[in-house]
Amino acid sequence: MLNYFKLIVLAIITLAAAMAANFAHDGAYQIHAIIIVLVAGGLFIHTLRHTNDAPKPAETGYMDGVVRYGVIATCFWGLAGFLVGTYIAFQLAFPILNLDLPWTTFGRLRPLHTSAVIFAFGGNALIATSFYVVQRTTAARLWGGNLSWFVFWGYQLFIVLAATGYLLGVTQGKEYAEPEWYVDIWLTIVWVAYLAVFMGTLIRRKEPHIYVANWFYLAFIVTIAMLHLVNNLSLPVSIFGSKSVQLFSGVQDALTQWWYGHNAVGFFLTAGFLGMMYYFVPKQAERPIYSYKLSIIHFWALIFLYIWAGPHHLHYTALPDWAQVLGMTFSIVLWMPSWGGMINGLMTLSGAWDKLRTDPVLRMMVVSIGFYGMSTFEGPMMSIRAVNSLSHYTDWTIGHVHSGALGWNGMVTFGALYFLTPRLWNRERLYSLSMVSWHFWLATIGIVLYASSMWVTGIMEGLMWREVDAQGFLVNSFADTVGAKFPMYVVRGLGGVLYLTGAIIMCVNLWKTVTSSPAKASDAVAVPAE
Amino acid sequence: MDDYSILRQFADSWGLLAMFLFFLGVALYTFRPGSAAKHRDAANIPLRHGDRLEDDAVSTTTTKTKNEVRT
Repeated sequence: MLNYFKLIVLAIITLAAAMAANFAHDGAYQIHAIIIVLVAGGLFIHTLRHTNDAPKPAETGYMDGVVRYGVIATCFWGLAGFLVGTYIAFQLAFPILNLDLPWTTFGRLRPLHTSAVIFAFGGNALIATSFYVVQRTTAARLWGGNLSWFVFWGYQLFIVLAATGYLLGVTQGKEYAEPEWYVDIWLTIVWVAYLAVFMGTLIRRKEPHIYVANWFYLAFIVTIAMLHLVNNLSLPVSIFGSKSVQLFSGVQDALTQWWYGHNAVGFFLTAGFLGMMYYFVPKQAERPIYSYKLSIIHFWALIFLYIWAGPHHLHYTALPDWAQVLGMTFSIVLWMPSWGGMINGLMTLSGAWDKLRTDPVLRMMVVSIGFYGMSTFEGPMMSIRAVNSLSHYTDWTIGHVHSGALGWNGMVTFGALYFLTPRLWNRERLYSLSMVSWHFWLATIGIVLYASSMWVTGIMEGLMWREVDAQGFLVNSFADTVGAKFPMYVVRGLGGVLYLTGAIIMCVNLWKTVTSSPAKASDAVAVPAE
Repeated sequence: MDDYSILRQFADSWGLLAMFLFFLGVALYTFRPGSAAKHRDAANIPLRHGDRLEDDAVSTTTTKTKNEVRT
């Protein structure tokens, strides 16, 4: 019966998308409409062929199929995002790599890179790990049957629409919120389904207490929904075109954008990944979190403070001074919960530090927590107005973002992937621990090259911009700074090459783990009746 | 008064106070006497559950398994 309903809905979507492709005002919109026709039409045919199949027996146990797909998607988008990032790093050093084509210019590849690493790599990692963790900490199967599959595939469709849109020049010009109105609406639908699956699983938990990792995941899901809705308030010029107009304008728009932008950092890249930390670090170390009380304080302090920190992106602009100072103050107060969380993660190893010598996966997680501490120290420092007057608009900001993204988000995700793959595919162990060590060192040295070159070039650039001669005239032209930055840009690109190489080694290792590592022996017979 | 000023005044008076008191309440509640055992139990949740739901359904009722660490 449900299949007939599905067929009707899919047929309507296919037809509507075909009409949209026909009436389209611009090429990108037309291509997107054709993608929707193909996806909905393909699903229609698939559903039609299986309409009268006998219903499959209901599965029990943890729902891990969608998590396995999530692990594969995380690896794939990770490689894609790192590759594009490395390429555009070299574009800045060697502009000829722009290829003189509109689709391959830095301006279009840059949002492709940021969205691929944050939303595709990071987002898939968050969805996959949240589905894994919420089941393992509630002792309940994912709620909603195939709804979690809708979340997974719906999110991939969002990524494809966003990425092709960037290459074709469709953007609403808001950093980290570039996708246009119809892609935003689709993400909203997927996100509500995600919230439903997560909440549904929490509601039917067998564990009476909701473990702290789930609080962080839930804060991530709810806040991203709120940020996404408010920052994307826009009116399409036509329902048959990709262009839309923002409802806010001027400084209100700027403040909304950076309220969104900074909380994308705070709740997507911090709260969500802290959920990963609070589950995978104790699991890998085989010890409970250092202090559960501290984790509760960490959670509430973090979400109460982060939401106010956005205005530090708008120092010395038209934003009222009180708002700038408010943003700065809250950013500095954020030092406390951030470092509390770092201490909580690191001290989980107290009494088990020897494991770092033998377990490169745990080493990866510990280094990620170290980078979390380092970038949450650097961030508040850069939010101070006097420091920001030097650092803003320079490459220092880029270095800061990447020590957080590559160091904290990347490394903790790699650790989680190494943890998950043998378990999800029922393997005894990883294919090769020495490959994990290679990955670890390549990634770490890559980050060091990246961050140190960006510190040097950022501070140099900031000093050159403000340098004045005895008469009060600026000494350097903008092109002078560009020329002076060349060696550091090459070093940065090489750091990216190392990081990408490490990720390729990881993907080979995970692939071989699934295909060549010995299967886990069944332990069902060995359990004595207690 | 216009909407902006009303909201602004509320935000930096009663709104601020309410949020601060909520946060203080959470912090005090976390450190209430007798919470240590509950928190130790909660901290062990990840270690209690393993790879298969069938095994975990049993271990929730028996509360302690071989993986748990007492601190």
